[in-house]
Amino acid sequence: MVTIEDYGQYETAWCPGCGNFSILKAVKQALVASRLEPHEVLFVSGIGQAAKSPHYLNANLFNGLHGRSLPVATGAKLANPKLTVMVESGDGCNYGEGGNHFLAAIRRNINLTLLVHNNQIYGLTKGQASPTSAEGLVTKAQPDGVASAAFNPIGVAVAMEAGFVARGFSGMIDHLSELIQEGIAHRGFSLIDVLQPCVSFNKVNTFAWYKERCKPLPPTYNPTDWEAAMKVAREWGDRIPIGIIYRNDRSPFEEHVPVLRQGPLVGRQVDRVMLRNIMDGCK
Amino acid sequence: MREHTMNILIGGEAGQGMVTVGQLLAKSLVRSGYSILVTQTYQSRIRGGHNSFAIRAGTDKVLAPKESVDLLVALDAETVALHHGDLSSDGLIVVDSALEVDGDFFLKVPFKELAQDTFSNIAALGVVGYLLGLEEGLMATALDDFFGRKQRPVLEENRRVLVAAMGWAATHERSGHKLPKVSNPIQRLMMSGNEAIAFGSLSAGLRFCSFYPMTPATSILLNLAAQARRMGVLVEQAEDEIAAINMAIGASFAGAPSMVATSGGGFALMAEGVSLGAMTETPLVIVVAQRPGPATGLPTRTEQADLEFVLHAGHGEFPRAIFAPGTVEECFHLTRKAFELAERYQGPMFVLTDQFLADSYRAVPPFDVEDLAAVNVGAGASGSLPYRRFAVTETGISPRLFPGLSRHLVVSDSDEHAEDGHITEDLSVRRQMVEKRLRKGEGIRAEVIPPDMDGEEEPDLLMVSWGSSKGAVQEAASRIRSGGKRVATLHFSQAWPLVPGRFMDLLESAEKVVSIEGNAFGQLARLIRRETGFHIKKQVLRYDGLPITPEAILRGVSR
Repeated sequence: MVTIEDYGQYETAWCPGCGNFSILKAVKQALVASRLEPHEVLFVSGIGQAAKSPHYLNANLFNGLHGRSLPVATGAKLANPKLTVMVESGDGCNYGEGGNHFLAAIRRNINLTLLVHNNQIYGLTKGQASPTSAEGLVTKAQPDGVASAAFNPIGVAVAMEAGFVARGFSGMIDHLSELIQEGIAHRGFSLIDVLQPCVSFNKVNTFAWYKERCKPLPPTYNPTDWEAAMKVAREWGDRIPIGIIYRNDRSPFEEHVPVLRQGPLVGRQVDRVMLRNIMDGCK
Repeated sequence: MREHTMNILIGGEAGQGMVTVGQLLAKSLVRSGYSILVTQTYQSRIRGGHNSFAIRAGTDKVLAPKESVDLLVALDAETVALHHGDLSSDGLIVVDSALEVDGDFFLKVPFKELAQDTFSNIAALGVVGYLLGLEEGLMATALDDFFGRKQRPVLEENRRVLVAAMGWAATHERSGHKLPKVSNPIQRLMMSGNEAIAFGSLSAGLRFCSFYPMTPATSILLNLAAQARRMGVLVEQAEDEIAAINMAIGASFAGAPSMVATSGGGFALMAEGVSLGAMTETPLVIVVAQRPGPATGLPTRTEQADLEFVLHAGHGEFPRAIFAPGTVEECFHLTRKAFELAERYQGPMFVLTDQFLADSYRAVPPFDVEDLAAVNVGAGASGSLPYRRFAVTETGISPRLFPGLSRHLVVSDSDEHAEDGHITEDLSVRRQMVEKRLRKGEGIRAEVIPPDMDGEEEPDLLMVSWGSSKGAVQEAASRIRSGGKRVATLHFSQAWPLVPGRFMDLLESAEKVVSIEGNAFGQLARLIRRETGFHIKKQVLRYDGLPITPEAILRGVSR
């Protein structure tokens, strides 16, 4: 029986008070609750403080380039669909540098769980605006305030009818852990956008700011109602809804790929007789 | 003396079925036992414009394209205007009799009487087939095979038009274009460079290919997609080239031998991924099918101007190999070799081809597919535990396991990492890891394919070349040789690494050295100078978008 200890305990490179600590804890809890052993799980991450998270637990890991974790995860999952593939990175990585991959991943609906640490700021590069920074936020790089509108990942994902769309808050670890468990269990692409404070560079969206606003959706809320979900996806302000915002049962990409019905790609032998027959077609 | 080859050029607008006629004629020639070499030129449009499909055919192995045309099949007036100047002294132009042209060298065919509109290209095929001396039955079978999936009335009309056209040609015969008969022809395959790359990758054990379409690489992916289900390969169109290379790296990391194929512009987007493949030591084969740049350049033409780019793409320092096939057979074998090296040395390896070779059909003997082994994928953990993916070894090669297939955890990082794969800023580890990665380069150098050397020792003239110009250089050399000159060729089918010990003797022994390249810088010559100090001063360079021909070499060398 897998336990939280199996996932280890490591020294991190994060600032004291960073939301990443709580997210890491919630992730480990979710993996244990999902009865997954470390070797059954592959984390793929990009670049940023969030992307370091998988270095601080025991699992397979591919820590790739900034913005490119989703394509790497896509390739790995298709090569071996038996792997539980978790993609973990920040708002800049997933919604900025890797924006096109985010849209493509929703369309493909491969069975991946995307965990976005969303602190509305760039931490690793020390405090520039991120795609989710609020309009008007003043930073050293945007001294006159952010002029662009904030990216709404939940709104985009719901609009595109992503298979599983959730928002969590790093200050509510058990709630977040349940969302991650649900995301892992969901067959298809899951987005879990996790709001978290950046204690060093975002002095507006602080822990207290989020704590005051993040409110779980009521038990009566029906996440399969797309129109209701579109409304919830647009809520942002004094009240920020958290929980499973939208889900559907669209079958995952893997089930539409005939080649994968014969099992994983990894370990297959070349069918030489078949290849010879195919090449004989050139006669 | 009449040459032993016939050069047939079929020209017309895109959408006229010119490629269909070309492929059918090429297939009929191969089945009749002739060697062929196809050169396709086309404009970047789906309808209209001027395109051509040239087939040089002969009883001996055809090495290169030829500029003068013996049989010009003009499906429109523009083809006549553009190509009649290329006609050889006893050349013939096959045109529609409705076209207002006059001259002995025109064979005016009443296409409208022989066939309804959509079948007129079959009539052209019949006339040319007859002129070349091809058998009616063999051509009819080729037609049936090609259109096999069409409805019976279409097949019957095809045959009727073919027979009528051959009959018409028999009564309006012009002599002098028949190819000598080949008795008991050996069965050969008609295959293009891109098809050979696709087949080579399949025989090596390709499992995953992600792509974003780009001329002239696309047909590699189309060929793979067509066979994906039967060969157990997953072919996925990515959202962009950045995604394509990262997906392929992800799949390879998880144990599926992977390949991407693109052209210069798409490869530019992949450059960071190349570096990622090197840092994470993930095997990957990258095919770059060159076309003229910079930027969008001439999208459908040919060039050899991305050697320096492919050699230097990707930030940081790491070893690589660049294969540059010179023939369709080499496209097959060197793609396999690229897979072998990628898996053995765990990193990105390159196949550098170009539009000319990509689209060039040739007659090739069947490959011994059943005797060619797939590459070995991955290498087991050594006795010492815990498993360390980046264990420092003498060869630089570390044990490669796949995530999820054992209880060992596989950790890989684009950051500098320790032996266990985790991120590190320990600068002594950094040094060790740089040296470990570079040691793999020694292995790659040790198994480099030396350049082909052909011809006289201590030659008066040595021609240095690489990639798709191989046959053109060979033919040019033999023509110069027949003029009494001592001539030799030095041809690189692996453009990197350069190992001077394998070719310096010949370079230094030659009276005069000329480099022949399809670019404006003389990129291989520059590379040779950088690596050896040897300066090749005379260069024959072509960068007008057309392939290097023996004629172009002869003109350049004699200048």
